[in-house]
Amino acid sequence: MKKLEVSAIEEGTVIDQIANKSTFKVANILNIQNIEQVVLIGFNLSSKKLGKKGIIKIGGKLLTQEEVNKISLIAPDATVNIIKDSEVVKKFTVDIPDSIEEFMKCFNPNCVSNHQKILSRFHVIHKNPIRIRCHYCERHMGVDDIELV
Amino acid sequence: MISLKDKDIISISDFTKEEILYVLEMSGKMEKEYCPDILRGKILANLFFEPSTRTRLSFETAMKRLGGQVIGFDELGTTSTVKGESLRDSVKIIEGYCDIIVLRHFLEGASRLTADSVDIPVVNAGDGASQHPTQTFVDLYTIKKAKSDIENLSIGFLGDLKYGRTAHSLAYALAHFNADMYFISPPSLRMPKDYMEELEIRNVSYQEVETISEVSDNLDILYCTRIQKERFAEPVEYEKVKGLYKLSKSVMDELKVKDDLKILHPLPRVDEMDESLDTTEYAMYFQQAYSGIPVREALLASVLGVIQ
Ligand SMILES: Nc1ncnc2c1ncn2[C@@H]1O[C@H](COP(=O)(O)OP(=O)(O)OP(=O)(O)O)[C@@H](O)[C@H]1O
Ligand SMILES: [Mg+2]
Ligand SMILES: [Zn+2]
Repeated sequence: MKKLEVSAIEEGTVIDQIANKSTFKVANILNIQNIEQVVLIGFNLSSKKLGKKGIIKIGGKLLTQEEVNKISLIAPDATVNIIKDSEVVKKFTVDIPDSIEEFMKCFNPNCVSNHQKILSRFHVIHKNPIRIRCHYCERHMGVDDIELV
Repeated sequence: MISLKDKDIISISDFTKEEILYVLEMSGKMEKEYCPDILRGKILANLFFEPSTRTRLSFETAMKRLGGQVIGFDELGTTSTVKGESLRDSVKIIEGYCDIIVLRHFLEGASRLTADSVDIPVVNAGDGASQHPTQTFVDLYTIKKAKSDIENLSIGFLGDLKYGRTAHSLAYALAHFNADMYFISPPSLRMPKDYMEELEIRNVSYQEVETISEVSDNLDILYCTRIQKERFAEPVEYEKVKGLYKLSKSVMDELKVKDDLKILHPLPRVDEMDESLDTTEYAMYFQQAYSGIPVREALLASVLGVIQ
């Protein structure tokens, strides 16, 4: 077995190829402070594809679709590996959804979605690099403007 | 066949090229024909959460000229909003009193929220800094009248292109018509990235310059916008640029321009256009203001389904 840069887990999920600077945002999305099982975080690891990358390994946990959608916005190259009996049994890439509801905040302070009790809504107009248009104010956001809630 | 019945008028980007041409054609009809009865029995609610006398009056005039009636308010003081009612609740209730809602609001996206909340058509009469689509139809109609065709024109946008929402929407609409666009502004007031992106996605050719003399001889239309002092952090910065973007008869005499160049401005002006310009052949902005009525008549009658 090859040497793992961040050590092994028996059951759980490995999120690999995380855009390095988004590593801790992904950790927040997964709410790792409240996980009881093993959590391993790697940061500033070298990656052929990304230069530097992050990895997060979580014992026992499977991701929800909402978590995957959120991760796709800030770490579009991430891969999700499901581990069983210490082996990768399933691997998939995160997919940016065409529309986003609720879990993102519009960056425009004058947007109606930040002043009325309504769910925010966005349309993804371009995936790489990511550009998102607010359904209400129609402003465009890039990766640095994304604020997840 | 094109029908705009029940369509909301929120953003110019909701309209196809064919729909835009249809609105312009209907506006021409409304200007020629007097139709004092076609909206008889219909009620328009003018909901102005932010005051704008001229826009409100133009909708009221358009509605009344077609035989309809108008209700509404133009200050927050008398509305339930001050009692904490949500916009969605307010418009859902008002929907029961009228056939069409015209909304002006200080929050960006308020008209989209309104349109999503009610079944009757909603017209955006300006929401925050974002959209003011009926003004864009007025601008397009004026251009069409001036040039008889709106395809393949060279159009310069002059002044505050950063905050000037009318310039943004007009550029967006003209992208359907193979326009060559020139954005003439100080570096601090350039067209925002969002709009450039939209234009690039749609293969529009544009050029950014800082002075009008660099491109003036190409232009068929010059669209001026207000340069507002408040937009500048330093008063000296404003003083530096304001003269560069000020038009007058003598400035026009110095510039190389086409004889049939037409100048538009959404008005009100501050001091970016001198009154000496008003009597020149270039000035189109008062006709533009008068076009507000037939264009709004056409829009109201179309979405209320009484003209085809
Ligand atoms: N049992 C395990 N415990 C923890 N991490 C593991 C385990 N098995 C694999 N991994 C990690 O999961 C990720 C995917 O493993 P895999 O063996 O598919 O590597 P790979 O061939 O490099 O995949 P990729 O092409 O996605 O980078 C790697 O980061 C790897 O270190
Ligand atoms: Mg690998
Ligand atoms: Zn918004």
